[in-house]
Amino acid sequence: MHRLAVSVFCALISPASDALWNNPYPESQAKENVLYSSFSERPKHLDPVRSYSAGEYAFIAQIYEPPLQYHFLQRPYVLVPLTAVNMPRVTYIGADGEILAGDAPVTDIAFSEYEIRIQPGIRYQPHPALARNEHGEYIYHALSPAQIKQVHELGDFKHTGSRELTAMDYMYQIKRMANPRLHSPIAGVMAQYIVGFSELSERLETAQADLEDGAYLDLRRFRIAGVTIVDRYTYRIRIHGKYPQFLYWQAMPFFAPLPWEAERFYAQPGLRDKNITLDWYPIGTGPFMLTENNPNLRMVLARNPNFHGEKFPDVGEMGGHEDMLLADNGRPMPFLDRAVYSLEKESIPRWNKFLQGFYDNSGLTSDSFDQAIQFNPQGDATLTAQMGERGVRLSTAVATSIYYMGFNYLHPVLGGGSERARNLRHAISIAVDFEEFISIFRNGRGIAAHGPIPPGIFGHRQGQAGINPYVYDWVDGRARRKPLAVAKKLLREAGYANGIDNTTGKPLALHFEAIGSGPDEKARLNWMRKQFRKLGIQLIVRATDYNRFRDKMLKGKGEIFLWGWNADYPDPENFLFLLYGPNSKAKNNGENASNYARPEFDRLFAQMKNMDNGIERMRLIDEMVTIARRDAPWMWGFHPQDFSLHHAWVRNTKPNLMANNTLKYVRIDPELRAAKRGLWNQPVLWPLVLAGALLAISLIPAFVSFRRRERSTAL
Amino acid sequence: MTAYIVRRLLYAIPILIGVNLLTFVLFFVINTPDDIARSQLGDRRVTAAAIDTWKRAHGYQKPLIYNENAQGLGKLTDTVLFNKSVRLFAFDFGRSDSGRDIGYDIGQRMWPSLAIAVPTLIVGILVNITFALLIALFRGTYIDFWGVVLCVILLSVSSLFYIIGGQYLLSKLFHLVPISGYDTGINATKFLILPVIVGVISGVGSGTRWYRTLFLEEIGKDYVRTARAKGLSEHVVLFRHVLRNALIPLLTGIVVVLPLLFMGSLIVESFFGVPGLGSYTIDGIQRQDFAIVRSMVFLGSVLYIIGLLLTDISYTLVDPRVRLR
Repeated sequence: MHRLAVSVFCALISPASDALWNNPYPESQAKENVLYSSFSERPKHLDPVRSYSAGEYAFIAQIYEPPLQYHFLQRPYVLVPLTAVNMPRVTYIGADGEILAGDAPVTDIAFSEYEIRIQPGIRYQPHPALARNEHGEYIYHALSPAQIKQVHELGDFKHTGSRELTAMDYMYQIKRMANPRLHSPIAGVMAQYIVGFSELSERLETAQADLEDGAYLDLRRFRIAGVTIVDRYTYRIRIHGKYPQFLYWQAMPFFAPLPWEAERFYAQPGLRDKNITLDWYPIGTGPFMLTENNPNLRMVLARNPNFHGEKFPDVGEMGGHEDMLLADNGRPMPFLDRAVYSLEKESIPRWNKFLQGFYDNSGLTSDSFDQAIQFNPQGDATLTAQMGERGVRLSTAVATSIYYMGFNYLHPVLGGGSERARNLRHAISIAVDFEEFISIFRNGRGIAAHGPIPPGIFGHRQGQAGINPYVYDWVDGRARRKPLAVAKKLLREAGYANGIDNTTGKPLALHFEAIGSGPDEKARLNWMRKQFRKLGIQLIVRATDYNRFRDKMLKGKGEIFLWGWNADYPDPENFLFLLYGPNSKAKNNGENASNYARPEFDRLFAQMKNMDNGIERMRLIDEMVTIARRDAPWMWGFHPQDFSLHHAWVRNTKPNLMANNTLKYVRIDPELRAAKRGLWNQPVLWPLVLAGALLAISLIPAFVSFRRRERSTAL
Repeated sequence: MTAYIVRRLLYAIPILIGVNLLTFVLFFVINTPDDIARSQLGDRRVTAAAIDTWKRAHGYQKPLIYNENAQGLGKLTDTVLFNKSVRLFAFDFGRSDSGRDIGYDIGQRMWPSLAIAVPTLIVGILVNITFALLIALFRGTYIDFWGVVLCVILLSVSSLFYIIGGQYLLSKLFHLVPISGYDTGINATKFLILPVIVGVISGVGSGTRWYRTLFLEEIGKDYVRTARAKGLSEHVVLFRHVLRNALIPLLTGIVVVLPLLFMGSLIVESFFGVPGLGSYTIDGIQRQDFAIVRSMVFLGSVLYIIGLLLTDISYTLVDPRVRLR
């Protein structure tokens, strides 16, 4: 009896089998070649004409294939062909239709024509929209109500089909971009460039006037003047003028191909009522396809059996063969069979699951930062001992982004090009210590900006040549913020000695347009007030929600604000246009939120934006940055630094901030993962037994007293 | 009783109109149709023309509440309010601003909410009754005193603490259950254990205190004294007499929350990654998706009204003295 009790107790406090009780995935998947990751926000759209956010690109960039892509390893970022055979051939055309030389002056170029030839033999993923019967008829293009009733998700269709990718599919997608009913966010930009884009939009608008929302319109019937099919695999896009950045757009899902059959299939009445739409069920030629689409729970990408094949790059970061990552050089991709993304809205469970080995990679939040990262005496971020023991690896990269603090150039005190206003802005720029901001609020994840162009983008200068001389001095081989005395002197020269307005005798009060007022934000706002107080300036915070903030910006009513920009493509034009006068947010609803306007800068921008990278372009950029630094429409803020953690079993995780289709490069070691998970997640049962025992023991005296009371007499 | 039910259902119509109007006003005080369009189209490179096109396509180009340019009744019906609200009364929730069918999403997402809410309610009631009876049984002893102290402590703690504490202890430290996630069918069980435990423990303080009060109130009544005078043991008195009579207020309190179980829990679903209706509502608010917000508020109101009606009906079932006219 005694032996039996001991056995039961031992069974209770030791795990019954090798199965991990806290494993959120089926045990059968433990050693499968599957990547496990998370997403924090449900994607809004998975239609490549509409998607325009990193969260959405994480999925669709693995499925849809535009003609170009960014080289995975090489830096600075380089475009290379994806489905294209070669890089597009560009022809410049004059106003009379004559072909111009490659180095023709920009002013002579009326049109640029990009000829893109795609590889033959590329096939779409298996999809019911492409399923055909023995007579060649599409099986699911005329579904009956009874058929639709039986369908709840795309996988319920028994048959699937595929077909070869053709140039027509790229043209079809460009027409979709022009369709006003699809609300492509870049339709406005493309209308400025692609010949015939606006006209097509108007014709489509008219053609759909009497059609119900979601009804099928065969775009093949409509012509777009600027896009022509040369042959089955070649197409040309003609754009107005010269716009070298157009190539970068060719690496974005907006320009990925789409078969007309997909639109025809999804437009059938009844499917939409079950949320089976092109916006939720992509169809592409890429290495993966979406096999489970529950954006409220889980998204699963599985290897596309029809993928045309691609090999791991054989050229490293510096364009040579020295890179450690080249171990997989020449191996066929993708390496993974599947990738499972679970919706994880809260950072605490996400982080703990990473520590338990149930997520293969993780970002870093403030909550988990100290647990994962420490700084060595040189100031470099390294992993803590705990992370090191687990074999976790850290990847860091300065983002191609900028967070800046803007001054409204239209504001009577802060704005304008006068010496007084410039001195005031420079004084504030010196006083607001962004190095401190990065240290306190971003755990050191960022570098102070000296101008609008982030590192890694053509036009950015490193070292002494790259410092902002109005805010920094070059001391002992590094940039050092000017002393506060310089700021005070500038403030005095601006007519606000010690923060007092010379003309009125009143303290200078400025307004900061803040978004949100939560506890985290409060600390930041207090810090901001403190920075201005160094100069005696009163900073009044106007906290509001993002809608009101945006409204103020659109109306040009803001004063000082913090905003950011993430690069669409790695070109200086994509940052300098944020200061281009005609892009003023208040005047023209553009992206120049500070409404900065300087004719000299605008003239140089117009000259620079269509140039190819080279010495002359660099010279113009230097000039523009110098003007902008002198005028200081922004405190240049900082460029954020992305930190990501990967477990030891994850390989090929080099950060590439421009490319979104990086899942195909990732390789994992499932055996190592299973072993580590087993080691880290053994169930611990003794606390439960102990708690039960304590509860029982605590009840014994009460039970005894109850029994005594029950058995006692009334008197 | 039928006349009473019909009358209550008719009363519900103006209430629902009022709730809908209030939701509409509150939402549009904070968000303009332009804001909604921008939230759907994104902030980058969006032109004014694109915003107008989106608004036209989604019916937000009309005046919000009153259309001065329309004729007759059209002044009220040719508005965003009317067009977005009228179909709700036929339970046609329409499409979200991002294009998904709301009715379909609600149908899909109510099951995970119920999967947590129903066991939490049942287990919670059983645990609360057990503890309350235990405390009532041991009234006047150290168990009563420390039990009440413990209840007060438990009900003073934020539910967020229970969630994070539960995840830390049971999942992170003891590795007994997954920290978050969900699955369908029987596979959902392992994901439900932690949220149900957390839900039960977070409600045990207030629940036990309330039930204890009910039981103690009953214990002081004449019929209990009579039962004791008959020589019945204390546990027979408690279980056979006190519990049965205390069930009347208990039952009516439970019936009112039954329909609301569909709506899920905002925080629990968010922290445990459960794709229920609670997180659906939060998503709608965060995305400024008016279609989802109005649908969920409307649904919540309808369910609450049904809950109150069921409560009234349940009175007649558990207490024969009550008659509904």
